[in-house]
Amino acid sequence: MTPADFTALLPYLILAGSAVAVLLSITVVRSHRLTAGLTLAGLALALAALLVAASVAPRAVTTLVEVDGFTIFFDGLLLAAAFATAGLSYGYLERRRIRREEFYLLLLTATLGGCVLPASVHFASLFLSLELLTVSLYGMIAYLRTEPDGVEAGIKYLILAAVSSAFLLFGAALIYADRGTLMLGRILLMGSAPGGVQHPVLMAAGLGMVLVGIGFKLAVVPFHMWVPDIYQGAPAPVAAFLATVSKGAVFAVLIRFFSLYAVASVPGVYTALAVIAAVSMFAGNWLALLQTNVKRLLAYSSIAHFGYLLVALLAAGANSVTAAAVYLAAYFVTILAAFGVIAAVSGSGGEVQELEEYRGLFWRRPGAAFVLTAALISLIGIPLTAGFIGKAYILLAGVGSAVWLLALVLVVSSAIGLYYYLRVILKMTQQLEAGPGLPAVAVSRLASIVLAVLALGILWLGVYPAPFLEIIQRTASSVLPF
Amino acid sequence: MILFFLVLWLLLGAFLAWGAGRVRPDLSRWVSIFFLAVQTIVLIVLWVENSGMAGPLPQGRWWVEASQPWISQLGASFHFGLDGLSLVLCLLTSALGIFSVAASWKGIQERIGFFHFNVLWVLAALTGIFLALDLLLFYFFWELILIPLYLLIGIWGHENRSYAALKFFIFTQAGGLFLLLSTVGLYLVHGNGTGVYTFDYLQLLGTAMPVQTAFWLMLGFGLAFAVKLPVVPIHSWLPDAHAEAPTAGSVILAGLVLKAGAYGFLRFLIPLFPGPAHTIAPLAMALGVVGILYGAILAFAQTDLKRMIAYTSVSHMGFVLLGAFAGNAFALQGAVVIILSHGLSTGALFIMAGGLQDRLHTRDLSKMGGLWSVMPKMGGFGLFFALASLGLPGLGNFVGELLVLLGTYQVSVVAAVFATLGFIAAMVYSLWLVQRVFTGKYTGDGKVADLDGREFVLFAVQALALIVLGLYPQPILNTVRPALANIQSDASISLQQSGSASVPDLGFIARDNVDAAVLPFDAEGRP
Repeated sequence: MTPADFTALLPYLILAGSAVAVLLSITVVRSHRLTAGLTLAGLALALAALLVAASVAPRAVTTLVEVDGFTIFFDGLLLAAAFATAGLSYGYLERRRIRREEFYLLLLTATLGGCVLPASVHFASLFLSLELLTVSLYGMIAYLRTEPDGVEAGIKYLILAAVSSAFLLFGAALIYADRGTLMLGRILLMGSAPGGVQHPVLMAAGLGMVLVGIGFKLAVVPFHMWVPDIYQGAPAPVAAFLATVSKGAVFAVLIRFFSLYAVASVPGVYTALAVIAAVSMFAGNWLALLQTNVKRLLAYSSIAHFGYLLVALLAAGANSVTAAAVYLAAYFVTILAAFGVIAAVSGSGGEVQELEEYRGLFWRRPGAAFVLTAALISLIGIPLTAGFIGKAYILLAGVGSAVWLLALVLVVSSAIGLYYYLRVILKMTQQLEAGPGLPAVAVSRLASIVLAVLALGILWLGVYPAPFLEIIQRTASSVLPF
Repeated sequence: MILFFLVLWLLLGAFLAWGAGRVRPDLSRWVSIFFLAVQTIVLIVLWVENSGMAGPLPQGRWWVEASQPWISQLGASFHFGLDGLSLVLCLLTSALGIFSVAASWKGIQERIGFFHFNVLWVLAALTGIFLALDLLLFYFFWELILIPLYLLIGIWGHENRSYAALKFFIFTQAGGLFLLLSTVGLYLVHGNGTGVYTFDYLQLLGTAMPVQTAFWLMLGFGLAFAVKLPVVPIHSWLPDAHAEAPTAGSVILAGLVLKAGAYGFLRFLIPLFPGPAHTIAPLAMALGVVGILYGAILAFAQTDLKRMIAYTSVSHMGFVLLGAFAGNAFALQGAVVIILSHGLSTGALFIMAGGLQDRLHTRDLSKMGGLWSVMPKMGGFGLFFALASLGLPGLGNFVGELLVLLGTYQVSVVAAVFATLGFIAAMVYSLWLVQRVFTGKYTGDGKVADLDGREFVLFAVQALALIVLGLYPQPILNTVRPALANIQSDASISLQQSGSASVPDLGFIARDNVDAAVLPFDAEGRP
């Protein structure tokens, strides 16, 4: 390891260091404010360190990790999302009578796992970082131990994530048996290493199982069953983290695996992904129509959104990386804002999840209602919001690679999806009658600032995305396919 | 810069009106009126300066053009252009904006600031639609009108507002997504063919592409515009949205939003895809005729006053579709005149319906009747606007519909004959409306207030505008003629470029020539 290697790894070192610092600080003094402050500082520092790491990129650190423009971009995105999650969690946890500090420890370790994922070029690093992320998430999801829904969600996630990890691991083993290497880039492109048995069935089965494992993490149909229950049961900031950092990091792996290393050109894989994308788009939007719980609704909508993202992935080429990066960034700010509002308006008595409870939010809490409206409009993909630019890019990538059918499915299914987003907006504008209302909660200042920044981010990406696109072009899409 | 001003000014007004509403509710009304009045004055000055009324005619196609980079990575820019067609539509936007704010003076008493924010927001976005010369920018504004309109219907609408708001949104947004898909498709076809990836309208004109591709792309545009216009099989959002919207919402919907669909056909669909547009012209004209008759028949059958007026819009927009696809100078000019006169007359009818609802608390025609005896002024204006709607000579609608029929006759006699039947149907429903509302025996109890000063002035201005448009349409025709001629020549040039061999017997390069086509009103305005 040379100094340049350490420079490349600096963000991860800082993250790991802050986890240790938080741990030590908790043993000395239990202060929610101090712990949250340390966490935020650590995340901010890691973000800043990305700029330093960028100076040595692209750089392969051992055979496990590659710090290139792609990694830098996605790590930046993930760290920013983790930062927002921490900011939202502070006010949320402050209202609960529990031990709050350890939450930030889990948040930091999960973020570390998430951040290493986009850099992973080897099955070992991929699996390790994925487990670091997932295991931390078990704790985060079930963090409110006194709430049955939360514990149920935690256990459910534990079981399903473990199963999916097993699939991933077995798939990796089969691929190894076939090719004799665990390096993602070499699996296809360099032919087989000595020692591989080179049996097409092994390769196909291995890829299929890896796909299943990744499909579980992304919650695309038919591996989507867990997602509504877990979104519903998990604390709102954790649901936001799950929707952004966890899924985003895995999707980054998918992009590296399938787009940059052109695995999608393997016959069968392409078809499978295309079917998964189409079914996810339809099923996600269709099932969301039936929901009366806002968190479940967002869960089903996330299924559809990852279907859209798969369209970008299948489009292939450098264009697809740009489109996926733009869409993912747009989705991050949007969904963080949506869950942030849910967290912010929830009192100490429990979360505000039922649609009916949002009646009249516009007139009682105009700020929160505005942010949620902006987020929903962005999820629909209407101009002025980030979601519009994202959708335009995906269509651009899709139509550009002539995946017409998928683009058409995207259009039709998102037209179906309009209804449930609009229902929430409409509910918020309706007059408050005798029905149940939101508890009066003072939103913490930190959460207000985070929400305001997220709302501005949604608008900024939607109205003038040129500077951000410039960043994407310099980082994520600078990594050419092999 | 003036074009950026036109869009941003109303947007600024929207925010200020909202803020003013928090200080004093009535203030936001005045702020809105002020911003719209300034906008109108600026537009009139632009008109006088550029239309040859004072000073020389401007050189080139656009009176004013402005461009700023937007998303350079995609080749999208803030590219605006103003010509005669854009100008009259922008002017209609700001004028109807004033009317709709004035019409809501008493009817809207809740969340006044937010109401005016939404109204001005829609108007700003509509202005953007009429000025945008970049396809992505056009789509941007096209979708921008949805949310505020949705809120206008959903918050301040009548009994069944949630349903109507949802239906409106889903129909138009679904159409809009196809527009986006086609826009992206056109962008890529042009980019792959020439290496220049751009959303710029002027560069995309005349893009060479296979007939089949052009047809499918055209269909995406057509679907979006047809939903907005609306064309008959996909019109069903319109009666609900119009009937449930508050007065200002109905005026904006009928007067302006439908016109955005018409504008889309004229400015984008026909010049960008002349070949396929020509292919489907017979179908589109048939749908136009069906719309004329179907709308009229359904209008006649309604028991809800606002639904009835809404269906008359379907009928009138049938004429616009007919005119747009007949494609010669007569028909195109006629379509534009209908756009203006329908905006005024239907807007006035909706304001009248709103006034009646405020007074009687019903829109049910069977509960009205004999109102002339208690509200003679309202009755007089009601009769006037009903006559305008049926196409009485001397009023604006007549000029437009006559020109469309003239143009259509040159292209398809059958279509013209059937469309003429629409006049009869219009006569029936218009007079039926007057009969059921104003004549007969007054059965209600107590006094009903007649028009107050505000309403009187409002109706008088619109009536006057219709009379001017009916008796002396020449300034309008002179203003839009060059713009329409450009659209025609774009269509024919691209048609030749795209290699469509046979010169068609009907449609865009129809047998008339452009000079002769201004025949009914020559340069001095003599018939």
